[in-house]
Amino acid sequence: MRIIDPHIHVTSRTTDDYEAMANAGIVAIIEPAFWLGQPRTKVGSFLDYYSSLVGFERFRAGQFGIRHYCCIGLNSKEANNVPLAEEVMEALPLFLAKEGVVAVGEIGFDDQTAAEERFFHEQVELANEVDLPIMIHTPHRNKKEGTSRSMDLLEEHGVSPSRVVIDHNNEETVKEVLDRGYWAAFTIYPKTKMGNERMVEVVKKYGSERIIVDSAADWGVSDPLAVPKTAKLMAERGIPESQIEDVVYNNALAAYGQSGQMNEEDWLKPQPVDQRNLFAGNSVLRGGQEPRVDTPKEESSIIE
Amino acid sequence: MSETPLNPPAFDSNRCAELLRTWLNRQASADAVEWLEQRIEKISEGEQRTLFLSFGMAPRKVGKDDLQLTKDDVQQAEAARPGWRPNGWTLDQTARTLLLLSYPSTDQERFIETLDQLFAAGEVGELVAMYQAIPVLPHPNVHVLRAAEGMRTNIPAVFRSIAHSNPYPSEHLEEGRWNQMVLKALFIDLQLDPIVGLDQRANATLMRMLIDYAHERWAAGRVVSPELWRCVGPFANDTAIADLTRVLDKGQPLEQQAAALALSQSSKPAATEALRKHPNLDRQVRDGKITWSDIASEMNSTS
Repeated sequence: MRIIDPHIHVTSRTTDDYEAMANAGIVAIIEPAFWLGQPRTKVGSFLDYYSSLVGFERFRAGQFGIRHYCCIGLNSKEANNVPLAEEVMEALPLFLAKEGVVAVGEIGFDDQTAAEERFFHEQVELANEVDLPIMIHTPHRNKKEGTSRSMDLLEEHGVSPSRVVIDHNNEETVKEVLDRGYWAAFTIYPKTKMGNERMVEVVKKYGSERIIVDSAADWGVSDPLAVPKTAKLMAERGIPESQIEDVVYNNALAAYGQSGQMNEEDWLKPQPVDQRNLFAGNSVLRGGQEPRVDTPKEESSIIE
Repeated sequence: MSETPLNPPAFDSNRCAELLRTWLNRQASADAVEWLEQRIEKISEGEQRTLFLSFGMAPRKVGKDDLQLTKDDVQQAEAARPGWRPNGWTLDQTARTLLLLSYPSTDQERFIETLDQLFAAGEVGELVAMYQAIPVLPHPNVHVLRAAEGMRTNIPAVFRSIAHSNPYPSEHLEEGRWNQMVLKALFIDLQLDPIVGLDQRANATLMRMLIDYAHERWAAGRVVSPELWRCVGPFANDTAIADLTRVLDKGQPLEQQAAALALSQSSKPAATEALRKHPNLDRQVRDGKITWSDIASEMNSTS
């Protein structure tokens, strides 16, 4: 089965992870701009980070046969440093029109402060201006209220819910998000977010329409194989294959494909120039080929 | 030994832009051409923001097909800008180069500052386009540090955009930087043959660096690219002749061909001596039956 992980912070992950992801059937990933575990203090740190998302990381993923896309935005935590946030906002347009940028994100609320709200508003306006979908990070604390408030804010700007993915849902938020017409993403992240047994139950209850599974794997204790593992668990627990395909592949493609920057052909039938530049030296993926199902290498202490 | 002074050719950026425009208009859709013309008009008035946005959007407007050039087009490119090789370009790359060439360049400082911003935010395709555009940009002498910076990349496509089919390095890089570029190309398994000016810029220091590198590879039990010997032959010292003789005697067929060719480029008696023991290869080399380009393409087809 082909899999997309539509939320993963691969700049924090190793090449072992990339190999394992490719082996597990992941063909494309989306890396939303977020914080780095500690606050940045200079606008240049943001610019270099964005530049690595559209540049080096895109290439690095390609070496493993994985197509890399990203979302560009100012995250809610760092929106609280207002003078710095203002400088970042000025620089965002330079990156939003780049190839492979599929949404403005991840933006939204963290502590739900006035500064967060201000830059949330400004970035929704920006998304409207450049005609990109939006990826919303919902707060981990006071989540239910923060999620409703996020949707209210989006609607103030006349954004169509079909252009927005609300991420980090749980059993308490999903109903309202789906009822209001948004894409509802779930992050399978040990301890702090969703476990995948709970995810199975959500799909059993709500079906697969507009539901998306991701890993949000980053620099914390997290699992870059969360999506393929969840697909496997769903199959074991009797979820129909077509529903599994929706939540681990089709829905993410439909939601972020609205950017015009993410097409199935990108990994099934890449253009010659992309084969040359982005998949250089890669023997994993060739046009139209099924993802490889390698047997794991024998553990060896030899390094060549 | 002092370095040979570099002598970059004079050229007219506007003529290069004219050619690019003709080729692009021939191949791109009418909508794409119209979009580009509108953008170029605004950018030529100095609208930096329009340049930044259009630069990013170029592939979704004009597509990423390979640029189709005839032999005549390639000759016109050479006439407009000696050493320029736009064959192998793509449509988006062509459009991006046109956008860059449309930005006012009379104010050199502003032009370079604008380029720097684009480089700093560049995604892979944009970086490739920009480095390949350097040979046709105005103010040719001020891009040396940029080219050197680009060569530090870890992305092969970006390195290739500077090292391959690009006349700028051989015209503008001093010997130290040039030698690093050639060595790095080998180091990351790129061909040497597409490097413009490779034979003209061969030098004794590079020869010694290459021999050291070959010894390191052998010590690690790794193969040595047959192309490595191309920049060794004309400056081969005794160590190099001994290495080449060993490769000629015991190497794989392609390595033997490369060693024979390299030895034939040395005027040392020991080189002539070594070749005499392989009359077949010696004859093929003399008759021009073995060339470095053949060896490179042979490597490509077997790798």
